Amino acid sequence: MAKDQSIQRGKRATIKKSFQRNWQLYLFMMPVFLYFFIFHYIPMYGVQIAFKDYFATLGIWGSEWVGFEHFERFFSSYYFWRLLKNTIILNLYMLVLFPLPIILALAFNELRNGAFKKWTQTLTYAPHFISVVVVVGMLVAFLDPNTGLINHLLRALGIDSIPFLTSPDWFRHIFVWSGQWQTLGWSTIIYLAALAGVNPELHEAAKVDGATRMQRIFRINIPSIMPTIVILFILNIGNFMQIGFEKVLLMQNTLNSETSDVIQTFVYETGILEGQYSFAAAVGLFESAINIVLLITVNQIARKVSENSLW
Amino acid sequence: MSKFSLSDKAFDRLNFLFVLLITIIIIYPLIFVISASISDPHAVNTGKMWLWPVDVTFEGFQRVFQNDAIWIGYKNTILYTVVGVIVHLFVLLPAAYALSRKELMGKKAWLWFILFTMLFNGGLIPTYLVVRNLQMLDTMWAIVIPGVVGAWSILVARTFFQQTIPDQLVEAAKIDGASDIYLFFKVVLPLSMPIIAVMALFHGVALWNQYFNALIYLRTEDKFPLQLILRQILILNEVSADSASSAAGSAQSFADQIKTASLVKYAVIIVSALPLLIVYPFLQRFFVKGVLIGSVKE
Repeated sequence: MAKDQSIQRGKRATIKKSFQRNWQLYLFMMPVFLYFFIFHYIPMYGVQIAFKDYFATLGIWGSEWVGFEHFERFFSSYYFWRLLKNTIILNLYMLVLFPLPIILALAFNELRNGAFKKWTQTLTYAPHFISVVVVVGMLVAFLDPNTGLINHLLRALGIDSIPFLTSPDWFRHIFVWSGQWQTLGWSTIIYLAALAGVNPELHEAAKVDGATRMQRIFRINIPSIMPTIVILFILNIGNFMQIGFEKVLLMQNTLNSETSDVIQTFVYETGILEGQYSFAAAVGLFESAINIVLLITVNQIARKVSENSLW
Repeated sequence: MSKFSLSDKAFDRLNFLFVLLITIIIIYPLIFVISASISDPHAVNTGKMWLWPVDVTFEGFQRVFQNDAIWIGYKNTILYTVVGVIVHLFVLLPAAYALSRKELMGKKAWLWFILFTMLFNGGLIPTYLVVRNLQMLDTMWAIVIPGVVGAWSILVARTFFQQTIPDQLVEAAKIDGASDIYLFFKVVLPLSMPIIAVMALFHGVALWNQYFNALIYLRTEDKFPLQLILRQILILNEVSADSASSAAGSAQSFADQIKTASLVKYAVIIVSALPLLIVYPFLQRFFVKGVLIGSVKE
């Protein structure tokens, strides 16, 4: 007993001493601590308004509990299935294109001409730095039914012009492919770094054995960067259902809402524009819950199947 | 695999063409915008201009420069970006340094505290309510403070400090009686210019390009950043111009209106993207470096 106490006292004294010597390090942590506490942890606490009837005058704590009322209202509403369907299809569509940057990175990696490689990389990275507002502005200009370049081209080919941006049939394609246009080049960076780490001896040995370029890509390069691919795939799933909502909002109009209404834009509409804070928070919480479940599931699967995982 | 048995030479040629084609597809819209910004709008709208400028005119840029809203937006964006980057570095760097030091007690807890925010967040509405309750609505701080730093940046900067600041250096300086604050400013920061540049650039670009926080937090038009003004010009006006033309009003004035609208449209894209497009080629390697340090798995 006495010994335990003295050890504890000794430990406490060491901690105290360490703190006295290094108190400035804790001062350094203060801004980050305050920021995360106020802007991340307080909102997490505030999520409880999803189960309450939030009134600003009563505050988060003072507002009345209503249980799952908002969730029930959301699940039973006629737009629930439409929102869920649109959100899932849009994200699956983006996920299907996940291999594109890998293909481009493999192609970059095989280029022999260094200057050409450098130039094409610089040029394909550029759209990454353009704001979503400008990207959507460019879409509006290019796809205009009367003055847009694409419709001029269609008419020249004898096809009637298409009102792309006000058509529910076109929304997903335009959204996803304009996104690819913007991020394709930039997304290759991480794969290129992984490819740069591939052991050159493997290639030498394969060459001696008479392997073709294609064989070496499939048998050496792709297996070598597989851990990177898996990790990025998991991270992609983790953002499932929330990627690109700011762009959806910009591209959305009353005519294409049949396919462009997604959960996040709905949260914005009902919460920020209409002030139904509790209801919108419930909808948002539903979405985060799906995200977390997806992330954990995919991570488990990846750990079992490939031994690469986030944790 | 045998069906892929191309000769190496044929492979090289095909691969070259593939990369060239992708690059042309990606770069073409940008060339079009640049050419359109100095072309006669009639040529642009009728599809005569498709690559190089036709009937060169700088009227679009003149109208952009005369437009007060654009200038106010520009000024606001510069202000938000500069202040935002400074606050970002002020929050990020000391914490990343402290987390890189083994003397910091409870490091696991600190890291969890930060990493947890990558997994869970309160979401749009609870965050909005916090900003509102702090009386930050319609102020610059609503743009600068929420999202001032992310867990990812902290981890990246911490990794950098761990790799570049030798422990012996810090310990030696401490034995000589230097405080952490002194060390941080006189030793660590001067050694860390690359990571400071990378972080400032990433955050600066994000601030320059973002519109959503401004959309939900700002009310007064005088405070709108450039991206919100661009949204009005490029996206919202387009819709109203469309509905107006279908209403078959006085065709002449509408045609004129549409003409100036499209004149300004392309010029304003150039003006807004100019700072980034100018610095980008020089800073590309910094950006690439940032992505790469970030990809180092903890």
